Amino acid sequence: MCGIVGLFIKNPALQPELGRLTSLMLKTMTERGPDSAGFAVYGSSASGQRKMTVRGISADNIGDFEAGFLKAAGGSANVAKHQDHVVLTYASDLEPAIRAFVNGFGHGVHFASSGESIELYKGVGLPEEVAARFDLEKMQGTHAIGHTRMATESAVTIAGAHPFSTGPDQCLVHNGSLSNHNTLRRRLVNEGLTFETENDSEVAAGYLSWRLSQGDKLDQALESSLKELDGFYTFVVGTREGFAVLRDPVACKPAVMAETDDYVAFASEYRAFADLPGIENAKVFEPEPQRVYHWEHAA
Amino acid sequence: MSGARNTQVFDLNTSTLRELNSTLQQEGAEGAWEIHNPAGRHSLAVGLTNPVSVTIDGHAGYYAAGMNQRANVVINGNAGQGVAENMMSGSVHVKGNASSSAGATAHGGLLVIDGDAGARCGISMKGADIIVRGSVGHMSAFMAQSGNLVVCGDAGEALGDSLYETRIFVRGTVKGLGADCEEKEMTPEDLQILTGLLSKGGITDIKADEFRHYGSARKLYHFRVDNASAY
Repeated sequence: MCGIVGLFIKNPALQPELGRLTSLMLKTMTERGPDSAGFAVYGSSASGQRKMTVRGISADNIGDFEAGFLKAAGGSANVAKHQDHVVLTYASDLEPAIRAFVNGFGHGVHFASSGESIELYKGVGLPEEVAARFDLEKMQGTHAIGHTRMATESAVTIAGAHPFSTGPDQCLVHNGSLSNHNTLRRRLVNEGLTFETENDSEVAAGYLSWRLSQGDKLDQALESSLKELDGFYTFVVGTREGFAVLRDPVACKPAVMAETDDYVAFASEYRAFADLPGIENAKVFEPEPQRVYHWEHAA
Repeated sequence: MSGARNTQVFDLNTSTLRELNSTLQQEGAEGAWEIHNPAGRHSLAVGLTNPVSVTIDGHAGYYAAGMNQRANVVINGNAGQGVAENMMSGSVHVKGNASSSAGATAHGGLLVIDGDAGARCGISMKGADIIVRGSVGHMSAFMAQSGNLVVCGDAGEALGDSLYETRIFVRGTVKGLGADCEEKEMTPEDLQILTGLLSKGGITDIKADEFRHYGSARKLYHFRVDNASAY
């Protein structure tokens, strides 16, 4: 099954509510995915700065990690701790050095996402617990994407939890299964991409990142994925400015959307919208198969 | 026991779904019922066998009014997957949009959807009348066996795929016909049936002669190797 939620805020007055509303939506989708959950929040960004979310940091190694990071980053860097995840903030030009440090650190520490505004958290357990663990309720921002996983084809691990982030400020959540992900993964590896898991959804995320790196706009990248990705899918995709939805031609996996002047919301089921403000007057509709829906904030 | 005076209210903020359904299913239940705060819950007002009137005041989740017999259910909102699935009799009226598989396998009764229906509307229907004021998604009336599907808007791909004897009337465009579905002549009898259906669905602003009629070419009833490529 799996449950997906997404919330794209149009009215800035609602930005402080982003985390709280997203956590309510995730909690409602527990019945579709009680194994693990994850979410990406697009929050504030400072010019010339980048953020990297790193997961798998234990109390034993946080000291070494922090010291190593601050050394790699030089002076004006910051470490924000959220349980076993940390969000590193540093000058943009240090990105390669920080990435090399994180990848080389070992001790089960993993890169989760990087970009100007994305922060990405995931964990094993009930969605409500995962959201509480990272204090999602208090997070603010412009848009958020979340996933509750019912593991059917691979183990219940944090690595297998969504979202997957394979490019700067990009992330993807997926409900469904892809049948040609191994072939596609080999092709993308030849194009220079690297993958951390055997998960089909990570390949979909990687494919989009690759198209975007080739100059596609988000909607163009999604159009081409209709031709290249074989299988069942409902995708919700986040970028720095944008939010997109795509369903496969058969549209086997459920999807519903709600739009008001204040926000656009996506969920696997309507139930997840029940607590959204003004939902009673929202335009609620089922996205059509093979049609790219996308919204963007003015850059 | 009818009329607004006797309307009984079930508020799902204070009662459980199980209490709601078991009350409505109880032998001898009658009259008018209003369900408040449905919040998209699944399986609202399912398995009803009493001739009650139920108004769901808001959006419904999956399988709303499923397996209905004799009850008249109105949903003042959207309905999720499988609304009125396997209905035997009575009626279900969705004032908003419906998701996929609306009226699936329904044997009888009337399903009216004021908005659009998603994919596979009326899949394997076996005798119900389904009237959609908006459009229907792909593979609607797939393997439909009996009854009528009326679409005032457009139909998606593979309409009526592997169709048996259901009549399909579409007013707008049809993106594509499925295997063994073909456009049929609109006979005076068909026109009369369609006129009756529009009237049953409370549709007065659209005329029966604006529709086209589709049905089974009856080539795939029995497997014949000559037709293998048509499936």
